Amino acid sequence: MSDNGNGHRYKVVLGYGTCGIAAGATAVKDALEEEVKKGSYDVDLDIAGCMGLCFIEPVVEIFDRQGGSVVYGDITAKKVPQLLEEHVGKGQVIEDWVVKKSEDPEACEGDFLANQLRVVLRNCGKINPESIEEYIQIGGYEAAKKALTSMTPEEVIDEVSTSGIRGRGGAGFPTGTKWGFARKSPGEEKYLICNADEGDPGAFMDRSVLEGDPHSVLEGMILAGFAIGARQGYIYCRAEYPLALKRLDIAIEECHQKGFLGEGIFGTDWSFEVKVKKGAGAFVCGEETAMMASIEGQRGMPNPRPPFPATHGLWGKPTNINNVETFAAIPWIIAEGGEKYAEIGTEKSKGTKVFCLAGKVRRTGLAEVPMGYTLRQVIFDVGGGIAEGREFKAVQMGGPSGGCLPAEKLDTQVDYDQITAAGAIIGSGGMIVADNRTCMVDLARYFLSFTQDESCGKCTPCRIGTKRMLEILERICEGKGEPEDIEKLQVLAGDIKDASLCALGGTAPNPVLTTLRYFKDEYEDHIFNHKCAAGSCPALITLRIDPETCTGCAACVKVCPTDAITGEKKEPHVIDAEACIRCKMCLSRCPSESIIAE
Amino acid sequence: MIKVEIDGKACEAPQGSTILDIAKANGIDIPTLCYDPRLSPYGACRLCLVEVEGARALLPACYAKADDGMVIQTTNEKLERIRKTLVELLVSDHPMECQGCSKSGRCELQRLADKYGVTESTFTGEVHEYDLHRENPFVMRDYNKCIMCGRCIRICREVQGIGVYDFINRGFKAVPGTPYDKPMQETPCEFCGQCISTCPTGAIKARPYEDRGRVAALDMLRNACAYFKMPEEDMMKALGLEGWVTRTTCAYCGCGCQLDIHVIDNKIVEITSPLMVGSGQGNLCVKGRFGYDFVSSSERLTKPLIRKKGKFEEAEWDEALDLVAKKLSETKKKSCPDSIGVFSSARATNEDNYLVQKFARAVIGTNNVDHCARL
Ligand SMILES: Cc1cc2nc3c(=O)[nH]c(=O)nc-3n(C[C@H](O)[C@H](O)[C@H](O)COP(=O)(O)O)c2cc1C
Ligand code: SF4
Ligand code: SF4
Ligand code: SF4
Ligand code: SF4
Ligand code: SF4
Ligand code: FES
Repeated sequence: MSDNGNGHRYKVVLGYGTCGIAAGATAVKDALEEEVKKGSYDVDLDIAGCMGLCFIEPVVEIFDRQGGSVVYGDITAKKVPQLLEEHVGKGQVIEDWVVKKSEDPEACEGDFLANQLRVVLRNCGKINPESIEEYIQIGGYEAAKKALTSMTPEEVIDEVSTSGIRGRGGAGFPTGTKWGFARKSPGEEKYLICNADEGDPGAFMDRSVLEGDPHSVLEGMILAGFAIGARQGYIYCRAEYPLALKRLDIAIEECHQKGFLGEGIFGTDWSFEVKVKKGAGAFVCGEETAMMASIEGQRGMPNPRPPFPATHGLWGKPTNINNVETFAAIPWIIAEGGEKYAEIGTEKSKGTKVFCLAGKVRRTGLAEVPMGYTLRQVIFDVGGGIAEGREFKAVQMGGPSGGCLPAEKLDTQVDYDQITAAGAIIGSGGMIVADNRTCMVDLARYFLSFTQDESCGKCTPCRIGTKRMLEILERICEGKGEPEDIEKLQVLAGDIKDASLCALGGTAPNPVLTTLRYFKDEYEDHIFNHKCAAGSCPALITLRIDPETCTGCAACVKVCPTDAITGEKKEPHVIDAEACIRCKMCLSRCPSESIIAE
Repeated sequence: MIKVEIDGKACEAPQGSTILDIAKANGIDIPTLCYDPRLSPYGACRLCLVEVEGARALLPACYAKADDGMVIQTTNEKLERIRKTLVELLVSDHPMECQGCSKSGRCELQRLADKYGVTESTFTGEVHEYDLHRENPFVMRDYNKCIMCGRCIRICREVQGIGVYDFINRGFKAVPGTPYDKPMQETPCEFCGQCISTCPTGAIKARPYEDRGRVAALDMLRNACAYFKMPEEDMMKALGLEGWVTRTTCAYCGCGCQLDIHVIDNKIVEITSPLMVGSGQGNLCVKGRFGYDFVSSSERLTKPLIRKKGKFEEAEWDEALDLVAKKLSETKKKSCPDSIGVFSSARATNEDNYLVQKFARAVIGTNNVDHCARL
């Protein structure tokens, strides 16, 4: 927020999402409050959701009256007095701590933000998510008001169709078309559900949106409810997101007070209610039919489709389900017009997509980019490339349902069809980057162990099939792979994909299939040569210390749980291969990277 | 009515039929495991997957409703390969000890394993090792043989209206269970044994037979089924043992459920109910399924007794009925009709009970008529 309302010269906004809090934002908040109480600073304190700069949390942004702002990263409670004294007191920017100055978006880590285009995240990190006033001040609820008072439901659907937006929950189904089905589905009583289950490992965009800008999700739901004819909405959010749940509760309460939810909203005769339903954190409950079963109070297990939710959904009534990110984009589309949204992106994939950069990338965090960016742009320009200067090896896109793309696919555009053709999916937008120390067999094993744990167990191919695939992968990683294992994996994967009841099982083999497609040599290396070239699989590696570079600092000695490392101070150390259990603790500690796993 | 084509055969069926309904009605066999005609469809085992022209994915025949004009293939190389893989997967986590399993010959998994020639799975790996549940006299559960079809859960909930079971855990560890794994007698279980009747494998069995009443001849029959890979019915026909099963009507109540009483050496060894036959459609309550001890009980009355000089003596029916008629007439004349009351039984049919009240009102002339089921 640039306008600081009550005339103070500065406004200090602390990033207060789960990521910030995990990095110590609460201590920073206490310190800020204490300092401001003590001193006589001409300042307002406020909080905001995550800005996406997870790699450099806690983040503090200081706005001046003219609308300029400076973002500081890695702020600790200790730094707070100096920060206030210099910036707020003396008006001097502490250059060393700056992440991005608004006048100079190119500066240092500022590339991270400069290379993004923020539609869904437009307010995240900018407004106080616990204040409906701040949302209204920047034009919030105008879109809903406009639609309810001057548009027909069909016009709203047309606008969404024109935008070309496709569902951001994973499948990428055109949202306008989906709403059209739900609108036309016969029945008086209809339901709307916001899918905030977010179960993919490595995905956290929905949490950030709910924590940073809950009102845009609610406004999107009000618009959708009006468009399809649903007067009751549900938000299915996992209980592991306490802050998101708290902010949703506050936002819903505020909406009731303002008359944006409830009976006769915006002075019309339309009514709309939203209930939050807490999920117990099961990945499968992100699947539509399992989610509806869970909302109905049953065990979250999918049911075959057809019939589809649009005709037989929650409590057997027509139901429309969309993802958090989809809903958050809707107010922008109605306010700015579908055509404007459609100007962003590629031929068949319009608009922007939020990606969660994770893994071995330098800047982890949330990045929203226009569709059509190449993977290289996202990972290197926005993400800053590979951490610790290592080599890019692959990116796992779309979480456990997605696929793993190698370096030669880096110029693929982020577009539903192109990514699918390359063998992965956009999915919910997880991007887990692997470097040359990541073993692809182990990566596939990890994702499969996740899907196997999260399988609901209902259908045979997923319950037992993925278990048997996992066991084969575990064998291979232990160096006990058999020559026919690759073929076995391929055949079983095909049958599991064809026969599974829901997309959890139907996509579970994907990480295995794409790593087999692009990194078959690694599988063969494990099976035939009992080697893990990435130096990752404990059973297949030995660790040794390079005497040329070892400085004898003994950092490794301190962490080795079996005392396998010996050496004189300041002299090259050695690892006793017999005693070493290959836990690789030493590897991560060695400052001179002298420990070699191969 | 809708028209569909299944395996090249033109079929007609009422709107709303599933693909499996139509296939069955037209004599086309589709393998199933989680299907039971008494229950809502479930679509979990995936054995019944069929290919529908123009559909994005394979559809479970037991669940998918047929649309007019659908062209359906129930068998082809791909479908059969998938089915074989599914059976292999199930077998890979199943103790295939059919000889010695009292479900042999009736077991649906056994039949499919035979059909697809799966003796040993090509997949090896972790196998469940659950403890047996034998905490009550009626139902025993051996989840090592469970294939997760969910039929026990559905029959208890949908037909019995109780809901003793649900699945617990996820993934490979998912298994049916009672709340907090309590013994069944601490749940609202009625011991109707309906779950036994639907379980396609030996995961739920009738304990009276398993524990107390094992009969060598029946065990031999079941082993023979396992050895010769034959369903029980065919095996009994082949051995001329049809006489072991008598179809009758349950004598306990007016519902009139159909029973198949399995008798060996003049001793009842088991009671089952034929599927989709008669008023019960294959469902039984605890009395019908387990209450057969009385048949050969030494305390059972087989003749009317008349008290003579303070002692009960066996009599003929004519003598007993004459005595009752005489005493009723005397009482009615001596006192009044309302000094007589008539009490009837839930074991009689509605028609019989109607006659009882008619007798009370029209013949005796009293409204003092009641029934044990009114409680
Ligand atoms: C196993 C599984 C997990 C899923 N998890 C999520 C999730 O966490 N969030 C989500 O929005 N969609 C998830 N989906 C996709 C949803 O089923 C559904 O397609 C989506 O919510 C529709 O919204 P959209 O059209 O806005 O994308 C999942 C699907 C599957 C099969
Ligand atoms: S595919 Fe997996 S998660 Fe989906 S219904 Fe089957 S067992 Fe459950
Ligand atoms: S349950 Fe069926 S397959 Fe399993 S041992 Fe018994 S008869 Fe054989
Ligand atoms: S015996 Fe009857 S009541 Fe008890 S669990 Fe089985 S089906 Fe349910
Ligand atoms: S116990 Fe029997 S009926 Fe129940 S799920 Fe297992 S196999 Fe099916
Ligand atoms: S007693 Fe039970 S089994 Fe017998 S007829 Fe009545 S309901 Fe059916
Ligand atoms: S019988 Fe159709 S899926 Fe099991």
